[in-house]
Amino acid sequence: MTDEPESADAPTNDGQRFDRLPETAEERRVPGRATRAEVLEWWDDRFGVPPSAFDEHSFWEKGAGKIWAYSGEAPSPIEIEGLGLAFLRTRQEHWKPTTNAVQRFGGEASINVIQLEGETATRFLAGEDQEIDWDGDWGYLIVTHEYAGEPEPIGVGLYLYGELRSVVPKGRQESLEPL
Amino acid sequence: MNPLERYEPLVDDPAAFRAACDRPLPSVVRVNTIKATVERARQGLDSEGVEYDPADWHEGLFRLDGHSPGRNWAYVHGWLHGQEEVSVLPGVALAPEPGERVLDLCAAPGSKTSQLAAAMDDRGTLVANDNNLGRLSALRHNCERLGVTNVAVTNQDGRNFSVKPFGFETFDRVLVDVPCSCEGTCRKNPDVLEEWSLDHVESIAGIQKGLLRRAVQLTAPGGRVVYSTCTFAPEENEAVVDHVLELEPCRVEPVDLPLVTAEGVTEWKGETYDERVRDTHRVYPHHNDTGGFYCATLEVTG
Repeated sequence: MTDEPESADAPTNDGQRFDRLPETAEERRVPGRATRAEVLEWWDDRFGVPPSAFDEHSFWEKGAGKIWAYSGEAPSPIEIEGLGLAFLRTRQEHWKPTTNAVQRFGGEASINVIQLEGETATRFLAGEDQEIDWDGDWGYLIVTHEYAGEPEPIGVGLYLYGELRSVVPKGRQESLEPL
Repeated sequence: MNPLERYEPLVDDPAAFRAACDRPLPSVVRVNTIKATVERARQGLDSEGVEYDPADWHEGLFRLDGHSPGRNWAYVHGWLHGQEEVSVLPGVALAPEPGERVLDLCAAPGSKTSQLAAAMDDRGTLVANDNNLGRLSALRHNCERLGVTNVAVTNQDGRNFSVKPFGFETFDRVLVDVPCSCEGTCRKNPDVLEEWSLDHVESIAGIQKGLLRRAVQLTAPGGRVVYSTCTFAPEENEAVVDHVLELEPCRVEPVDLPLVTAEGVTEWKGETYDERVRDTHRVYPHHNDTGGFYCATLEVTG
């Protein structure tokens, strides 16, 4: 995602504060920082979540590649403890959405969504990796199950080599009865 | 001495008051309308076979008898949040609207913050502050689980809270849910009565006065401040409001709340308070079968 040459006087990412993402690559000043256009494109390309899903939100980086979605007002930069929802990891080969982002925005996804049923869903929530057939892309998937009559996102799975790995964070794992 | 004895002269039915304080509270959950409607949450719980009784005074509050609030799919999906029933009251009194600027001055661990965010439909600016950095992680965790995106989290002493990081001057509404002696939570945690001391009440009242004064100063004229505690002590309730009515440009706003409440007291231990504090709300456990609480709504006059 970095196309500018690194120079000695280029601004760097400051992990102590929130900086609003530039709209486009032309406006990028901090090397390696994702742009709003790239974030919107990524959600659209990877999951089919339309850019309009984020019309109310601005995007911010704090920490290396940790992107936050915020729907309120704030100047940039701003040094505070939290700004909206931590929702995407960039600055790595494969961008990764957070569990919380997928639960909040993943309901609008139309591709790379895998629906689990019954015990498979409960095992995923408990953090178990499972062998599952999947004809689609490998990589990060949005994992759903049918709840109250509709597909509802549970979290993020990583599909590789015939296996769906659960990347539900430890603090969000739970052992429940299958529906 | 059981500190509850000191409040018996204030209550209408001391025996019922004491009996209610001795009973445990049911688990209560609030539906998070950022992620689900009340109807969807009901469908979800029904599909899981989780039994619940809706609270009659507030749509979207369910009492789960003998059931852990966190052990079901509805909770996993962030459709529900475990929150003591009566602690929903200050958010109802504050009544924030989408698009407003709202401050929650003592926000951790975030039950009320996330309730305010839902009332705002997750739109506007909701600043959630707490002076305790350790408790901020619980606040952030709760807000993120519930899908809140309009919250900005700060770590300041609320008595000197500065809006400088945000570049605007005032808020439309401020919630001041202060640290207190917590007597009203005795149905959940009887230890609070063992650990109670008058020294603590008196020292914390000073902090509460500083917090409420700052809240009024941070609110635009015409804006609303809600002050709340989970204690019965007039030193921490009416006395604090009385103090701030005298020093800051504000008045008590008489609001109707959907629970049975008693009016604020104007005399206590030889002190008298501004008559206007009668229009604040005392919540006693025997009136609605909840915890104990106090809630005052102020309008800032400019």
